[in-house]
Amino acid sequence: MGRYETVIGLEIHVELQTASKLFCGCSARFGSEPNTNCCPVCLGLPGSLPVFNRRAIELAVTAALALNSEVQDKSRFDRKNYFYPDLPKAYQVSQYDQPLAKGGFLEFRDENKSRLVNLERVHLEEEAGKLIHAGESILDAEYSLVDYNRAGIPLLEIVTKPDLRSGSEARLFLENLRLLLLYAGISDCKMEEGSLRCDANISLRLTGSQELGTKAEVKNMNSFKAVEAALNYEAVRQEKILNAGGKVDQETCHWNEETKETIPLRGKEGSSDYRYFPEPDLLPLVIDKSLINKLTALLPESPLQRYQRLQEQYGLAESEVQLFIENRELGDYFESAAKKYSNYHNLANWVQGDLLFQLRECGCRLDQLLPDHLVEILDLLDSGEINRPVAKELLAESLRAGSSPRDLVAKKNLGRIADRDQLLPLVNQVIAENPEAVENFMLGKDKAIAFLVGKVMALSGGRADPGELNQLFRELLKKKNGCEANGTS
Amino acid sequence: MKLYENTAAALSRMLTKEEVSAVEVAQSFLERIGDLDPLLKAFVTQTPDIALKMAADVDQRRKQGESLHPLAGVPIAIKDNICTEGIKTTCASRILSNYIPPFDATVVRALKAVGMPLLGKTNMDEFAMGSSTENSAFFTSRNPWDTGRVPGGSSGGSAVAVAAGMAPLALGSDTGGSVRQPASFCGLIGLRPTYGLVSRYGLIAFASSLDQIGPLALTAEDAAMLLGVIAGYDRLDSTSLPEDVPDYHRELETDIRGIRIGLIRENVDQQFDREVNAAVKKMLTVLEQNGAVIGEVSMPLTDYGLSAYYLIAPSEASSNLGRYDGVRYGYQSAGRHLEEMFSNTRGEGFGAEVKRRIMIGTYALSAGYYDAYYLKAMQVRTMIRRDYETAFKSYDLILGATTPTPAFKIGEKTDDPLQMYLSDVCNINDALAGIPSISVPTGLHSSGLPMGMQISAPPSGEKLLLKVAYFLDGQSRAFPQRPQLKTSEGGCN
Repeated sequence: MGRYETVIGLEIHVELQTASKLFCGCSARFGSEPNTNCCPVCLGLPGSLPVFNRRAIELAVTAALALNSEVQDKSRFDRKNYFYPDLPKAYQVSQYDQPLAKGGFLEFRDENKSRLVNLERVHLEEEAGKLIHAGESILDAEYSLVDYNRAGIPLLEIVTKPDLRSGSEARLFLENLRLLLLYAGISDCKMEEGSLRCDANISLRLTGSQELGTKAEVKNMNSFKAVEAALNYEAVRQEKILNAGGKVDQETCHWNEETKETIPLRGKEGSSDYRYFPEPDLLPLVIDKSLINKLTALLPESPLQRYQRLQEQYGLAESEVQLFIENRELGDYFESAAKKYSNYHNLANWVQGDLLFQLRECGCRLDQLLPDHLVEILDLLDSGEINRPVAKELLAESLRAGSSPRDLVAKKNLGRIADRDQLLPLVNQVIAENPEAVENFMLGKDKAIAFLVGKVMALSGGRADPGELNQLFRELLKKKNGCEANGTS
Repeated sequence: MKLYENTAAALSRMLTKEEVSAVEVAQSFLERIGDLDPLLKAFVTQTPDIALKMAADVDQRRKQGESLHPLAGVPIAIKDNICTEGIKTTCASRILSNYIPPFDATVVRALKAVGMPLLGKTNMDEFAMGSSTENSAFFTSRNPWDTGRVPGGSSGGSAVAVAAGMAPLALGSDTGGSVRQPASFCGLIGLRPTYGLVSRYGLIAFASSLDQIGPLALTAEDAAMLLGVIAGYDRLDSTSLPEDVPDYHRELETDIRGIRIGLIRENVDQQFDREVNAAVKKMLTVLEQNGAVIGEVSMPLTDYGLSAYYLIAPSEASSNLGRYDGVRYGYQSAGRHLEEMFSNTRGEGFGAEVKRRIMIGTYALSAGYYDAYYLKAMQVRTMIRRDYETAFKSYDLILGATTPTPAFKIGEKTDDPLQMYLSDVCNINDALAGIPSISVPTGLHSSGLPMGMQISAPPSGEKLLLKVAYFLDGQSRAFPQRPQLKTSEGGCN
C-alpha cells in the first residue's frame, strides 16, 4: 500500500430517454437541425412558464429506485442562477437542498469480488443548450454559435460518496452504472453524444487517514477511458505536489485529451455563487407511494441480478456471462434460444463465436436471425444431418435470407452425404488427381489422408461425411497397395 | 352621450341589442385616444388596425347569428408586460423596446376568443417596478384628474386609459399593489385576484410568486365581466388553481346583510391623509346601515410585510430578469468579450429602479446572506398568511384605505425610493398572502382627486369582493365619475 490513498467522488449527468423535454412539449431527439426543437418555454422567452413532464419524473424515480436511493415524498425545484449564453433563462431549474432521492448505492463485480459504491443523492434538472465554438477551443474561439435543441432536456444528476479509490475503479463504476441505466431504460448513456457525462472530485490523503484532503474537480472527460486516464494523471500530479511538501489547490481542471493532462481553469469557477432559491413557477414535487409501488413493480432485472442468474441457470463461464451482461441483446438472444436447446455451453459458444462473427461479416442485425433458427442449425448438426462447415454456411445463409435452416438444407441440398455410392466417384477422382498424396500415404504418412479427405469435402461443398470418407480412403488405398504389391512380386 | 363615456356593461347591452356596431364602438375609443393620449400618454403602442379588424370580425359574426359573449366587441387596453403575438411588448423597458412576442399570453387568448378588440398596450413602470409610471423608460403617464400628478403604478397606463375614456376596460398586473394603487389614484375599480386564479402564462415575470393579472374598470359590474373572461385553470401555468370559476357577472347581487367586515386599524393609520381615512369610515357606515356587521381588526405585521416584500420581490426579479442578456432577443450592446457584452447590455438596457432591485435581490440571495434576508422574509410571509387566516376567522372581509394619500405629484417621490415604496404599504400584505383584494372609489378628496378603499377576502373570495363593490357602486357614486382633465399648479407638465 502506498503512502497516499486516492479518494474520488463522481458527479454523473444522464439525459433521460424521454420523447419530450422536461418542461415543454418539444422533441428531445438528438441530432436535429440546430434550434428546431425549441419553443417559448425552452428558449426562456419572457412570459413563458414551465410545466412538468410526468414521464421524465417517472423515469427519474425509476432510476432512483434502481440505484437503491430513497425517493422523497416531497422534493423541490430550485433555480441555479448564472449567466451563460447556453442558459436561456440565466438560471437552470435544478434541485438543491430537497433532491428527488437521497442515498443509495450501486453494487457491481470487480474481478470476482463484489463492490459497493454509495451514493449521496439523485436529482432531476434541466439540460442547458450547446455552444459550438468557432475555433480550436473555448479559449481561442473568435465567436460561438448556440443550439438550444438540448436546452430543457431532462437530466438526472447522480452524485456518489467519495468511495472510489482509483481511476480504473471509477471507470468500472461508470461502466456498471451505464449498464444499470441502460437495463432500466433510463437513458441511452452515450458519452460521445453527451447523454452521459461525468465530472470527478479527486483528492489524496495519507493512507489510513479518515480526513479528506483538498480536492480538485476534473471536467471534460469524454469517455470512460478518459475518466480513468484523467484521474490517474491527477492522482500522480497531486502525489508529486504532496511529496514535494506542497499543497494541492482547490480548483477546477479540464482534461486535455490531446496532451493527456489536466489543466486548471483559472479564475472561472472558484468563487461562483449560484444564488439558489426555490423555483416559484413550479409547485413542490410530490411523489406518492402508489407511483413508487407501481414503478418498483416495473423495475427490470439489474445487470448484477442477471449475472448471478445466468451463472446459476446455465452454468456458463464467467467470460460468457460477462459478454451477455454487457451485450444485453445478445444475452437475451442466448436466453431465448436456450428455451429450446439444452446444451447451453455449446449454444453459448455458437452465440459468442460464429453468430457474432457472421453478424460482423454481413453487417447484419441480431434480429435478422430468429433464435429458433439457430437452434434448428444446432439440432441439424447434433443429429449428424449436416456437417460443421455446412452449419456455419447455413448460419450465414439464414441470416441473410431470413429463412428456416431446415428449408434451406432441403432446398439447397445441403444434407450430409454418407452414402458410399455417392462418395465413391469423388474419392476416386481425388485419388486420381493427387498421386503425390496417395504416394505419401503409401509411404506411411498417415496425415496425407486428412489432405485427401479435405479435397473431397471441398468437392462436396462440405457436405460429405468426413468419418465415412476417412474409412473409404483407407479401404481403397489399402486395397490399391495390396494390388501393387502383388503385381510387383 | 358619447360611446366612449359608457361602461363596458352598457356597451355590452348596446352591442347585444345591435344599437351600435363593434366597429363604431372601437372607432369612438380610438378617436378618444387620438384626442387625449398625446396629453395623457397612457399607451406605449396603439393598435387601431387590430382593434378595427377584431371589431369588424365581431360585427360579422353577430350578423351571421352567432351567439357571442357579452363582452364581444367591447374593446380593451392591455398592460405592456402581457405578451401579445406580433405586437411589441416592452415592459416599458429599453431592453425590450423592440421585442415582439411570438405567442399570446393565456389571458390575451381568452380576450381574443371572446372578441374583445385590442386598443393597444399601456404604459407602466419598467418591469412593473414602481408606483407612478415614472420608471417607464419611455415617458410618464398623466393622471387625468390632474395631469400634474401621477396615475399611480405600475399599471398606470391602464388606469389612465380607463379613467379618461380611452378604453372601457384594461388589464393590469399586481405584484404588490400595481392594479389597486393606480385604480385608487384614478377613481376606478381595480381587482387583484387570488394568486393562481388568472394564468400568468405570457405575463412577463417581475416576481413570480406575487404577480397576478387583474382588471381595471369603471364599475364592479365591468370588473366582474372581465374577470369572468380571464379567470380559470390553465395547464400552461403550474401555479394555476385547478378550480372551477363562478360566473362572477351573473352572480352579482347587492344583499350584503350579515357579511362580517373588519376595519384594519393599520390601514387607516393616523399618518394617512385624514380625508382618505374619513372616506373609508363613511363607506363602512354605509355598509353597516345596510346590514353588514362591522368590527375592527389589527394586522400588526403590516410594517414587516413591506420589508419582506422588498426582499422577496427583488430576489425573484434578480433571477427573472437574468435572461435579458442580449444573446437571443431585445436590446444588445457591444463588448470586447462575453462578460462585457452582458454587462453593457444590462447596464444600458435597464433603468435605475430595475437595477436597484436586481442588486437588492442578488444580495439577498447570495451565499451568507440568504438566511438573514430571503429566508427570513419568507418566514415573515408565512406569518402574514397566518395573520390573515386568523383575521378571516372573525371576518368575511377586511378593509382599509388603498393608499395613504391621493395621487402625488409627478417628480415628488422620484428622489426617494423608500417614500415611493411606502405608497404601496396597504397593498403588499395581501399580495404576500396570495389573497384577493379590490380597490373601490370612495369619493373625491378636497383637492378634487379620487380616493380609494381596499377590501380583501380569503382565497377565492372574488365573488364576495365584487358583491360588496357592486353594492357600493349602487350606493355611493354621487361624485363625478369622470375626470375634468385639469392641471394643478406645481405639477411638471
